[in-house]
Amino acid sequence: MKRLPHWFALFVFLLLPGLASAQQALEIDIIGGNASALPITIVPMPYQGTAAAPPTDVAAIIRADLERSGAFRALPEASILERPVRGSEVQYPTWRALRQDYLVVGRVIDAPGGGFRVEYELFDVARQERLLGLALTARSNAMRDVGHQMADAIYEKIMGVPGAFWTRIAYITQTGLGSDARYALMVADSDGFNPQTVVRSAEPLLSPSWSPDGRRLAYVSFERGNSSIYVQDIATGARELLTSFRGINGAPAFSPDGRRLALTLSRSGNPEIYVMDLGSKQLTQITNHFAIDTEPTWSADGSSLYFTSDRGGAPQIYRVPASGGSPTRVSFQGNYNASATVSWDGKKVAVAQGSGNNYRIALMDTSLGSARWTTLSPGSLDESPSFAPNASMVLYAAREGRRGVLYAVSADGRVRQRLVLADGDVREPAWSPYRTPR
Amino acid sequence: MNNTARVLMLSLLSVAVLAGCKRTVREEAPTGTTPSTAPTTTGTTTTGAFGPGDLDSDACLRQRVVYFDLDQDALKPEFQAIVGCHSKYLRDRPSARINLEGNADERGSRDYNMGLGERRGLSVSSAMQAQGGSGSQLEVISYGEERPACTDSNESCWARNRRVEIVYTAQ
Repeated sequence: MKRLPHWFALFVFLLLPGLASAQQALEIDIIGGNASALPITIVPMPYQGTAAAPPTDVAAIIRADLERSGAFRALPEASILERPVRGSEVQYPTWRALRQDYLVVGRVIDAPGGGFRVEYELFDVARQERLLGLALTARSNAMRDVGHQMADAIYEKIMGVPGAFWTRIAYITQTGLGSDARYALMVADSDGFNPQTVVRSAEPLLSPSWSPDGRRLAYVSFERGNSSIYVQDIATGARELLTSFRGINGAPAFSPDGRRLALTLSRSGNPEIYVMDLGSKQLTQITNHFAIDTEPTWSADGSSLYFTSDRGGAPQIYRVPASGGSPTRVSFQGNYNASATVSWDGKKVAVAQGSGNNYRIALMDTSLGSARWTTLSPGSLDESPSFAPNASMVLYAAREGRRGVLYAVSADGRVRQRLVLADGDVREPAWSPYRTPR
Repeated sequence: MNNTARVLMLSLLSVAVLAGCKRTVREEAPTGTTPSTAPTTTGTTTTGAFGPGDLDSDACLRQRVVYFDLDQDALKPEFQAIVGCHSKYLRDRPSARINLEGNADERGSRDYNMGLGERRGLSVSSAMQAQGGSGSQLEVISYGEERPACTDSNESCWARNRRVEIVYTAQ
């Protein structure tokens, strides 16, 4: 099956009922590469049913996902001259000659009761060994999800780490300037497809945060004149106003168990970190210092909060027990560190790091004990880093010319992918949790 | 002079001094700009108090933006005059209400910049209260970097965005 152009996928989505407008799609360009990436071939998977062919090329989705991770280099479709669809058709010498480490083959057939069934297998070329043999069934409008789930299974089998391709991203868009500015909070697949509008506003929107079940988003809105924090159910659109105190209401962050929300309030006179119990709506003040304390983010076990504070003079990252206590400083390199995002194992913290006029994404890794710092992005106005749930990639916002764009960079910094909104600015990305608990 | 007379004299002097302190001292606001000579539609009162028409005609009151240095919230000396005339307007017009909208330039974290904008707004608010405006007439709202006056990524635009805007919600 020939590769479908992006606009075709958009056209299909516009026709399908129940999906919100897709006119603000994200385009994807891949920049850079990784010479040590694992060579893999995903052979096109033909439709062998009797009804209408699926609108989605699942092999193309898998290819794009694995390349985007930075860990794989996929053989281009034009170089794939043999097209096995099952193990018995695989000729290993072909793939060894092409220096491939891994091979994925499959096919799409009709599922009884409607929809499609995708059968696929993963092979280790050197060992001539089958690593995976799986089948997935889905309706026509969920075939992109199927492709991402296949990519996750392949990634996990080879890398030993769960894949994060079947996930979503939330982000803010702005079109127009000044009094003509219009803002939207959007949710899309993590490859940028299938964008949906969650909220539209004529006033600024900021700081989206996913609930751990992926069903709700907390965010900041200026629609009431001053900043306020809302929580909204993505599927139903129903939303609740959580805080609208005098001063700043900002930086909401759901706890890993979904029961609490960390946030920033300046009602006491200066910005402090609070934790709200979402059941009782009771607020507990966590910091108590005249500095700006903001941007709380939870450790994966929910026991501590990382946050940004300028109590030492300029913004740095601190950690404090989530029940309150004495904060300790965590970042000791760079004059300005803010907007921490923490990996699931607590070993990596990505930040927006400022040095003079250059703001870029930096990574602090404590896997080997003491902190090792690497720079993940070139700058000069990079901000808002957000880890994928498997911490293999970081999503962040950058400025190119007059335009806000999003990038995804592999955690080793080797591969960067640009996601560009066709119209206007994109910023404040937030990577969703896994769709099913891992 | 005997003791009783001394005490009486001192008491009389004290009363006189205290009576003098009760009298309200009206200060002229320090102006670095030329005073307005244009007639206003409402007319100025005989004691020199501002009226609503002055908001559009008085050269100082027409200035509604205070600018700040990078990562700073300290009020620069050249903006003391603006703070002064608006403080006087607040004193002269108890019904007046001002929103102080604090802003920051685009660099760095949006949430941290929300805090910087608020600090700048509070700085102007403190200065106005020190010059006689009432805290109940002042509200600080921070927009962080969300309401830029210009969108170029260079120093001159960033300087224009590090500002507090004085917005009258009641005159």
